[in-house]
Amino acid sequence: MADINRDKIRNFCIIAHIDHGKSTLADRIIEKTGTLTNREMQAQVLDNMELERERGITIKSQAVRIVYQANDGEEYIFNLIDTPGHVDFNYEVSRSLAACDGAILVVDAAQGVEAQTLANVYLALDHDLDVLPVINKIDLPSADPERVIEEIEDVIGIEAHDAPLISAKNGLNIEDVLEKIVTNIPAPSGDPEAPLQALIFDSLYDPYKGVIVFCRVKNGTVRPGMNVKMMATGAVENVVEVGYFGAGRFIACDELSAGMVGYITASIKNVKETTVGDTITDVDNPCAEALPGYKKVNSMVYCGLYPADSAKYEDLRDALEKLQLNDASLNYEPETSIALGFGFRCGFLGLLHLEIIQERLEREYNLDLVTTAPGVIYKVYKTDGTVVELTNPSNLPDPSEIDYMEEPIVSAEVMVTTEFIGPIMELCQERRGRYLGMEYIESSRALLKYELPLNEIIYDFFDALKSRSRGYASFDYDMKGYEKSDLVKLDILINKEEVDALSFIVFAGSAYERGRKMCEKLKQEIPRQLFEIPIQAAVGSKVIARETVKAMRKDVLAKCYGGDISRKKKLLEKQKEGKKRMRQVGNVEIPQKAFMSVLKLDED
Amino acid sequence: MKTREIYIHIPFCVKKCNYCDFLSFKYNEDIKDKYIDCLCNEIRHSDMEEVEILTIFIGGGTPSVLEESDIEKIMITIKSHCLLSDDVEITIEVNPGTVTESKAHLYKSIGINRVSIGMQSADDWILKKLGRIHNTHQFFECYERLRKVGINNINVDVMSGLPGLTLENYEDTLKRVCELGPEHISAYSLIIEENTPFFELYNSENGKYINELPDEENERRQYERTDEILKLHGYYRYEISNYAKEGYECRHNSGYWTGVPYYGFGLGASSFIDDTRFCNVSSMEDYIKNKGLAESKDSIILLSKKEKMEEFMYLGLRMTKGISINKFKKIFDEDIYTVFGKTIDKYLSMNLLVCEGDRIFLSNRGIDISNYIFSDFLM
Repeated sequence: MADINRDKIRNFCIIAHIDHGKSTLADRIIEKTGTLTNREMQAQVLDNMELERERGITIKSQAVRIVYQANDGEEYIFNLIDTPGHVDFNYEVSRSLAACDGAILVVDAAQGVEAQTLANVYLALDHDLDVLPVINKIDLPSADPERVIEEIEDVIGIEAHDAPLISAKNGLNIEDVLEKIVTNIPAPSGDPEAPLQALIFDSLYDPYKGVIVFCRVKNGTVRPGMNVKMMATGAVENVVEVGYFGAGRFIACDELSAGMVGYITASIKNVKETTVGDTITDVDNPCAEALPGYKKVNSMVYCGLYPADSAKYEDLRDALEKLQLNDASLNYEPETSIALGFGFRCGFLGLLHLEIIQERLEREYNLDLVTTAPGVIYKVYKTDGTVVELTNPSNLPDPSEIDYMEEPIVSAEVMVTTEFIGPIMELCQERRGRYLGMEYIESSRALLKYELPLNEIIYDFFDALKSRSRGYASFDYDMKGYEKSDLVKLDILINKEEVDALSFIVFAGSAYERGRKMCEKLKQEIPRQLFEIPIQAAVGSKVIARETVKAMRKDVLAKCYGGDISRKKKLLEKQKEGKKRMRQVGNVEIPQKAFMSVLKLDED
Repeated sequence: MKTREIYIHIPFCVKKCNYCDFLSFKYNEDIKDKYIDCLCNEIRHSDMEEVEILTIFIGGGTPSVLEESDIEKIMITIKSHCLLSDDVEITIEVNPGTVTESKAHLYKSIGINRVSIGMQSADDWILKKLGRIHNTHQFFECYERLRKVGINNINVDVMSGLPGLTLENYEDTLKRVCELGPEHISAYSLIIEENTPFFELYNSENGKYINELPDEENERRQYERTDEILKLHGYYRYEISNYAKEGYECRHNSGYWTGVPYYGFGLGASSFIDDTRFCNVSSMEDYIKNKGLAESKDSIILLSKKEKMEEFMYLGLRMTKGISINKFKKIFDEDIYTVFGKTIDKYLSMNLLVCEGDRIFLSNRGIDISNYIFSDFLM
């Protein structure tokens, strides 16, 4: 396959609202083209992270090369790049799109266009991709493809009348999609003889090969033995291997030329040398300028991550470093907490991203973590004229030094069926939303536009939205900017001692309510101890809420029968284990999950 | 000569009580006969060389559901196979509803010198709630019957913290027991165990009738009154849940807390021999199939020095006289403060432990939350 005609290559991705069947379609395409035998075929082959399969979502972008025998008798090379659907991972979507020439847009035949459908299409159009709509799940009783086609044309404004009507689940009309990929998605442009210009869209650390760089060659050709340079970092490396992506494995080949998608290894040990979005070029014959990178989004949500066992601090740092290699949107820096010891303040794209990282650290790196309440970045304007970007509430300057504060605001779009407009507007109102307007997509659905403070949506907005619309609302948002706001730091005192890891910034008008809920929650989470423990919420020196954990009065095993000492010992061991999972703050033992309890304040 | 104890498990009841999670089945004559054979076989095959038996405890279940001939068989097997010490203490547990006159006579004549009666409450309504098969009248009858045949060491079990139990109600039970004047009283505060009918009704997560349980204030008051009332009548507390007149402490149970080795015979019974804890299988089928023999041993744990030190503390501290600093030194050749100093000091400073001369023991408040303290003695 050394001599590949560029005209026969199609680089594309699949974009969709969550659960519209993106990964299933990818599976079918791989299956139909015989890239995998049936035995190798496992549901959602592209989602090979354990966590992805479990949650049924795509977190990391994945790529695979497929050979397709088209109806015109020619053989085509498809490079399929899977993308995440969740709004938290727009950044990952953006990375994948940069490597493609076209995108398949999957729309659910029953649900129609959703908020993330729109968001993803706009991203694709931003990258000048040709969009090929596909109507999925036509086997559902509630499927209404005609309506959905109309919706795509009206709302998105792209031609959809000859969109393939498929059922990815049942393998129906997949051939139709494959043919449309050949006819509707353009072949890559670019000159294989020109100086090398390749975009890094992802990377992976392999303990044997070092960093494996995923790239799209825009111009020129890359071969083993070449000296290449990362234009942004300036790092120079000697290429050891190039290749393409089989499903779930790497297949080495002689060269990657303009238009191709593949990987490069160069015994790169330092992850920092290969930043995603950078351009690779030939040292001896460099290109004139780097490719435009793509929109890099900044972390929006911050929280503290601490090892439950303080001896594991180094392990946590190593794990974060490795994860960051695959996930450039994760950032972290060391911090210390009086309550939790040494840890890291980490930045994430959103709450789901946070959860995913936390779970990956726990599973893949076997770490036990304590997470503090997530927060956003506040801007603190000090009286001396300086501005502090606050990611950790503990670092809030003394009130006397603060002139005013600003908080991040997002523009949000909520798509909802008309019967739920009322409850959703109410929800946005409660979350300090500013109503911007409403558009009817069709007679039964509307797009609500709001501006919302980011800190009102990072915890549980998504869940609240789903529950108040019985699952019918969808949601997407974009950072808008910062606005002045009346914010205070809410401190929690346990047994009269301030617990830094529990402090958070809150809108002044909500402080009382949140303080009260926080105290109630902590009262449930902190087990009774040998003495009475007051739990107080305070703003400055003013206590605004209080609960008390009463002293333990009874913890005794009355009967110990027939000399069954082992059973008794098991009980004591369990108790000791429980104590171990506590954090000692002053002389109070606080269970680790109490530090996350602020997340669940709005339950029930 | 080594000194040891014997525990015999009788896993049969007329009916299981609603709070009970001990290993016991509904009485069935056929299975019972096979069981007694296996039990005796197990006793006969145990190594009793150079062993003197200090105490025997026949517990259950309800040993008094057994017929006279069964008890006779067990006792004769023990006596013919083991050397009993001159002042051996032999206890049998009974349910007041099952002790006939002839059983009482047999107990006495076969050498049983201590009887433990499961009274639980002197209120018939409460007894019914607990799922007991006896009533108060039967208890008093049973007590008299045992006294009449000459049993001069009797224990009575009472329970506090029961659903529907008021403080007056409970005090009445205590007073009526004290007036009878048994030598020993075990007073337990109800624990809601999993896999019991009570768990469904009263568990703290989602028990439907949790409101029927006395609230904490009340439950603690009942518990405190136990100590006050029994003290007034000449009983002293020698262990977390056990009270006795001077000289009538249960030697068998005290043995568990002070490291005396013991054989456990019968289904699921635990043994502690040569620093090893092990227990019999708990499947009746397997026990009978193996004729009660060695193949049916389970979860064998040879105690390390560390574990022995831990046990010395958390078992010894169950006794109100606590543990001896010198004895620790003598057994382990290490200073108790070198090993447990930090924990001991912590609880001494909180007045949960008390140190007097050679002994360290729990304060009254320490007893209330003893599990919390004990778990800190695990290293």
